[in-house]
Amino acid sequence: MSLLERENPGVIMTPDNIRSKKLPWVINLGIAVGALVLAAAVVLGLGIGNWVLVIVVGIVFYLAGLFAAASRVEGRRSARNRLWQTLIYGACILAILPLASVVWTLVSKGAARLDGDFFGSSMNNIGARDPNGGAYHAIIGTLEQVGIATLMAVPLGVLGAIYLVEYGRGKFALTVRFFVDVMTGIPSIVAGLFILAFWVLIVSPWFNNGTPRFSGFAASLALTVLMLPTIVRSTEEMLRLVPGPLREGAYALGVPQWKTIVKVVLPTALPGIVTGVMLAVARAAGETAPVLLVAGGAAAINFDPFAGNQSSLALYVYGQAGDASRYAPDRAWTAALTLVTLVLILTIAAKLLARRNRLT
Amino acid sequence: MGDYPSRSASTGAGGSSVTARHARSAGGGISPIPPDDLDGSRPPLGGGGALPRKARFSMETGFRALSTAAGAMVLVIIVAIAIFLISKAVPALQANTENFLTYKAWFPNDAEPKFGIAALAFGTVLTSVIALIVAVPVALGIALFLSHYAPKRLANPLGFIIDLLAAVPSVVFGLWGRDVFRVPVEDFSVWLNKYFSWLPIFGGDGPFGRSILLGSLVLAIMVLPIVTSLSREVFQQTPLMNEEAALALGATKWEMIRTAVVPYGKPGVIAAVMLGLGRALGETIALALTLGIVFNISFNLIESGGNSIAANIANTFGEANATGRGALIASGLVLFAITLVVNMAARAIIYRRREFRDSAA
Amino acid sequence: MAKRIEASNVSSYYGSFKAIDSISMTVEPKTITALIGPSGCGKSTFLRSINRMHEVLPNARIEGRLTIDDQNIYDPDVDVTAVRRMIGMVFQRPNPFPTMSIYENVIAGLKLNGVRKKSLLDDAAEKSLKSANLWDEVKDRLARPGAGLSGGQQQRLCIARTIAVQPQVVLMDEPCSALDPISTLAIEDLMFKLKDQFTIIIVTHNMQQAARVSDKTGFFSIDKTGEPGRLIEYDDTQKIFSNPAEKKTEDYITGRFG
Repeated sequence: MSLLERENPGVIMTPDNIRSKKLPWVINLGIAVGALVLAAAVVLGLGIGNWVLVIVVGIVFYLAGLFAAASRVEGRRSARNRLWQTLIYGACILAILPLASVVWTLVSKGAARLDGDFFGSSMNNIGARDPNGGAYHAIIGTLEQVGIATLMAVPLGVLGAIYLVEYGRGKFALTVRFFVDVMTGIPSIVAGLFILAFWVLIVSPWFNNGTPRFSGFAASLALTVLMLPTIVRSTEEMLRLVPGPLREGAYALGVPQWKTIVKVVLPTALPGIVTGVMLAVARAAGETAPVLLVAGGAAAINFDPFAGNQSSLALYVYGQAGDASRYAPDRAWTAALTLVTLVLILTIAAKLLARRNRLT
Repeated sequence: MGDYPSRSASTGAGGSSVTARHARSAGGGISPIPPDDLDGSRPPLGGGGALPRKARFSMETGFRALSTAAGAMVLVIIVAIAIFLISKAVPALQANTENFLTYKAWFPNDAEPKFGIAALAFGTVLTSVIALIVAVPVALGIALFLSHYAPKRLANPLGFIIDLLAAVPSVVFGLWGRDVFRVPVEDFSVWLNKYFSWLPIFGGDGPFGRSILLGSLVLAIMVLPIVTSLSREVFQQTPLMNEEAALALGATKWEMIRTAVVPYGKPGVIAAVMLGLGRALGETIALALTLGIVFNISFNLIESGGNSIAANIANTFGEANATGRGALIASGLVLFAITLVVNMAARAIIYRRREFRDSAA
Repeated sequence: MAKRIEASNVSSYYGSFKAIDSISMTVEPKTITALIGPSGCGKSTFLRSINRMHEVLPNARIEGRLTIDDQNIYDPDVDVTAVRRMIGMVFQRPNPFPTMSIYENVIAGLKLNGVRKKSLLDDAAEKSLKSANLWDEVKDRLARPGAGLSGGQQQRLCIARTIAVQPQVVLMDEPCSALDPISTLAIEDLMFKLKDQFTIIIVTHNMQQAARVSDKTGFFSIDKTGEPGRLIEYDDTQKIFSNPAEKKTEDYITGRFG
């Protein structure tokens, strides 16, 4: 008998018998039911809470009962294994609940104003008692602002990434990469404040006879600041995934570097780059804070992003959320449903594209 | 790797003209170039004779300059952000008659501006911390479920859905939080107050609607997807041989996770948590809609109240005068500084981890 | 301590793919048995089915009977973790837990079993490391990370970790294939030493190693790719290597095939 076995008789490390009883699933179910009943009796009997508390207490009782029963039948270690497994499964269920609630609310409340009037008209001349009104102007705003931002951010971002991967050497490249990382962490409201301070308050008066002017373009600038680091980093990652031998084959044929990048590297990395851009666009479409600060918000339709206030879909939701009219909540939810649908379509398309990407 | 030589016939240094001359001087016989190139107007594909001189301003240098400029733009933007924000913030700070860091109220538009971020910073940090305390255990549980417990056919779709959650705009969460989630949270707060008011965090007399608790819980739901997907990635990367080693010693599944998966994933999980923290700190609209917007420092979670730097900016910017805007910008700078530190720390951990893993492989 | 392993008509499936077909053999206690054969013919699959490690892969199942001292390993009542405590395994690539020190690695199995007292853990660690011929090299640096050792030392650490929980049988899946020749000889010496306490079954690609080390040898082979692996011949090592009964065995031994 080893020292171990002499000193620690309770510990059987390699039991002679490898069989052990397993807790039958019927007992498991029985413990669950019993715990629920007990919890109901305690909670409702003492009147200390409602059915939610019954479930919570029931879960606690169930875990305790399961552990005790499993310890008795299967042993401590197996009981602990079961306990953690139940907790882990429970975490998933816990997370699904609010998610399901959000989806359900979006669909059920958002259906209220899914009519042509909503998508075809704006909030111009809509008073507090007016049940009409729509988000046409907001949708235009979102499309224009995000569109212009994409046109600015994509070339800038892709070229910047090309620099970091293909040409960048030494301290300057390291500094650029560091600051790209810094940019990823900018809160969206700080980007809005920057454009407010820079464009709206200082630059726009030059074009507007001395008075600052909100505009959709200002929002585009803020969105560009937010999209840029995402596009740079995802493009950089994609470019790095292009195999070296692919480039070297082109160089060996005498193709200059810029042409290799444009005709060989970029096309290979294109699906991944597109994925990154789509995700950045989805994020930008959902931003409220920067638009709130620099686009001014408007009730009327404004097709000109360079002059005059504009709204956006996200800002519209926020505005209607704070509106006291009793018709506002319906509008807010339908707009929210529209916004989420737009963002999800982009995101799902991006992820499906990523899945088919040969590089990753 | 130079460009092709320029076409002008006056480049005497090389190219087709040399070859052509050689061919002609060799007499009729076999020429090294196809007959229609004898006039030297098209260089042979292989480049011909001597090496061409590199042109000074070509597509190559142009393209390189363009991309370098794009990279430099990033620096320019960051510097511009710093310059413009600081230049707008300083006058307001100078006009402030109270201490910016310790004063609790916010009256920057008055004749004698009085504003401080004490309550705002407190609210920002408190809501974020509580959000993480709630979200991280759940996120880790889901991550372990997806990486080790769920069958593949369930894990991939479920992980996909969790990733989609991260894309839902914050205004939607804010709206849902204020209109739908508030009701159960309010009931919960009333219950907490009834039985646990001896704890200062659950004390007070109400009302219990839009509170730190509501804001933090909505924030937790928003932060959950980020922490989950990053942690799941980390857990999936645990080397199979370490998992097998644990199992071969007779470990149960949970013991294997405790021995091989969690210790291996700890740095990655810490990075994920910090990235989640960074997101929570910068969140604006969801908190603007769900917090009670009261300027005080109190650990009472359930009473109507709570405020954050970002929410304050969103709420008061509309009526702000120049000093007011400057004050908001100053608070935004403080927020930026805090999130910067957190994000940098997270990325440092991720980079170090990636190096370690790639070098060990 | 050591026990007898008996396999009767063991076949193993991954989903509908049959990996090994009707393996029957008996391994006596306190012997070393070597399983040899070309790549991909089911030696490792069979080895892993002995301590039920093949179940780590999805959709794995067994037909036939596998017993340890007359207890059926695949009985539905059997606790898998108990099987694995009784039948330890050393893997092809040394795999000490990277976040643990040498000491923590050795006692990892003991801690899982609930042993807490420091004096017991220290004693067991020393005993296992001595049995694994590693004590002298690491006794001064037990707190250093396990991954910091050389390949051969890491593998001996893994062996120490495995025998610390006092199994009855030790399975080794090509334990020396990732090591240099000096470490390989060290581990082979170790196997002779461990034979006194444990039953050892080792899968190896190295025929010379099998000839040096084992008491009995089993030769596995497959007819062609896609077919399940089979046990062609199982006999005393001396006989297999000098006078094999099957032609296939002879072809493999003499290098004409595989």
